[in-house]
Amino acid sequence: MAEIVLDKVTKRYPDGARAVSEMNIEIADGEFIILVGPSGCGKSTALNMIAGLEDISGGELRIDGERANEKSPKDRDIAMVFQSYALYPHMSVRENMAFPLRLAKVDGATVDEKVEEAARILDLTQHLDRRPANLSGGQRQRVAMGRAIVRSPKAFLMDEPLSNLDAKLRGQMRTSVSKLQKQLGTTTVYVTHDQTEAMTLGDRVVVLRGGHVQQIGSPQFLYDQPANLFVAGFIGSPSMNFVPAALEDGSLKSPLGTVPLTDRVRSLVEAAGGPREVIAGIRPEHFEDVSLVDDKHRESGATFRSTVDVLESMGAEKYAYFSLEEQAAVNEELAELAADAGSADVPGSGSTIVTRLDAASAAAEGGALEVWFDPDRLQLFDPKSGRNLTFDG
Amino acid sequence: MAMQPATAGRKARWALLDIVVVVYALVPVLWIASLSLKTKDTVADGNFVPREWTLQNYRDIFATTEFIRPLFNSIGIALIATFIAVVLGMMAAYAIARLDFPGKKLLVGVSLLIAMFPQISLVTPLFNIERELGLFDTWPGLILPYITFALPLAIYTLSSFFREIPWELEKAAKMDGATPAQAFRRVIAPLAAPGVFTTAILVFILCWNDFLFAISLTSTEASRTVPAALSFFTGTSQFDDPTGTISAAAVVITIPIILFVLFFQRRIVAGLTSGAVKG
Repeated sequence: MAEIVLDKVTKRYPDGARAVSEMNIEIADGEFIILVGPSGCGKSTALNMIAGLEDISGGELRIDGERANEKSPKDRDIAMVFQSYALYPHMSVRENMAFPLRLAKVDGATVDEKVEEAARILDLTQHLDRRPANLSGGQRQRVAMGRAIVRSPKAFLMDEPLSNLDAKLRGQMRTSVSKLQKQLGTTTVYVTHDQTEAMTLGDRVVVLRGGHVQQIGSPQFLYDQPANLFVAGFIGSPSMNFVPAALEDGSLKSPLGTVPLTDRVRSLVEAAGGPREVIAGIRPEHFEDVSLVDDKHRESGATFRSTVDVLESMGAEKYAYFSLEEQAAVNEELAELAADAGSADVPGSGSTIVTRLDAASAAAEGGALEVWFDPDRLQLFDPKSGRNLTFDG
Repeated sequence: MAMQPATAGRKARWALLDIVVVVYALVPVLWIASLSLKTKDTVADGNFVPREWTLQNYRDIFATTEFIRPLFNSIGIALIATFIAVVLGMMAAYAIARLDFPGKKLLVGVSLLIAMFPQISLVTPLFNIERELGLFDTWPGLILPYITFALPLAIYTLSSFFREIPWELEKAAKMDGATPAQAFRRVIAPLAAPGVFTTAILVFILCWNDFLFAISLTSTEASRTVPAALSFFTGTSQFDDPTGTISAAAVVITIPIILFVLFFQRRIVAGLTSGAVKG
């Protein structure tokens, strides 16, 4: 077990492109940290640099306080789980898991004992003599985990280990990865592009964009207090709604109507000193069907009325989609997020508002609906820099 | 591609086609085998099945050093050339498949060029060079050009095999604590084995079957290989027709090739890499 410190770590390619720029992360002993971001954000490069599979072009990597930049992967005592699992096809499950121990010249009896133990933890005991080719995806994934835990390394690195599993199995494996990490208490760095995994697994989450760290914090903190538009749009599913808005006389003028700012929001915006033209963000779950809100709340909140475009009933809740005629909020970071999600290619002018309503809502497709929201939940962003003007961290 | 249902008509058509191909390919071979089993008197009778069977031709060729010595040369030269070509080819192919280095395209281009080079145009220069260097009519004198012309083949076949081995397996081995040499020996080499066998067989056949260099760069039994030696076969007297013995020798040198292919066929086909990654 060890703490891992990335001190201004940079990856520059010979052509001058930077995959990772001055990344500063301090990972405490036993911590489960997630690197998350869209494809090409440098998260895998960062992981490979910690592993030693890629050279570090600048800055310093310290493992347990010792500079590790020049150490070869085998001297770092770190185990890695690959996206493709990278099991050795010519070895049995037992030999796959024993491989790191055999390389470390551990004696035969100890190897057997440790492999048996890891197999028991991962429920692989009856598969030990099979070849990887004869295993299911979930079993292969567990063998890959077994190969990592069997030699009790200082840290685990996981590169999207669940992305090749189907949705249901992924959910189960997510829980077992989390349990396993708690049980072993080993420092873990986990790379994913899936914000659900990021939210549910990690002690802390590092959001990356274009090789730069956007924000580091606990999942709840990132959700409540995103530092900028990018984090706000990336964390949360369905993602936060963004509309262009203007600050006028202590009110916010937006396609959702003119809403008076609450004292908390006003003081934060004033302290941040942003422009008058802003982007307002509000999460789908902060809307509610007005008929389901009690009177006391209704007065303190704001409402808007529009036609329900699409209604998705999930059973426990309903997602109502509204179209706004106004242009969607324009920002480089939002464009990048849209491109990553593939929604940039979806035709349609204007912007869409997603609201998550109680299942008891009488909303119907094509019908008008009055929707309530709490103005205190509004997050305001600077359209140019993407900075969160209501950040209270 | 989806398998289409095998109807009787389709089966019959394929069977017919297969038979045509097999007959077309095997008749000359069987003809040679038949000739080698005929007696001297019936050799020219034109019968496909010998009327009088004899093993005398085989006894004759193994009774003289005229055949034994070239056979020994052939086996030795082909094995050594194959071994060296495959070892060098493995290193080059691994580099081509895995590394980015300046001049990589040039290397691939030059090796392709060598493969396409008309060998006949090299015979005279090689003859002169080898005589000057004292390599003429020696084993190295044949092994060297064989390696040269086998290398492009080896590099091309092996690099396509290496490319098939997932890169991540090597990374995984490194993370598991292997040195680059250990990763190669314990992970990459076992997975590349089918490719190495395939390449070795192809290279061996290339060297084994060569006639041009064998006839031009040798002059005595010191290094003459079987294909060249066959052309020097004579009967017991000058006027004796050596058809029977030549056929017998041809059959004998075909056997190793057939054995190789039959013996290693499973290894060639075995997809050892399945199950390495998802899918």
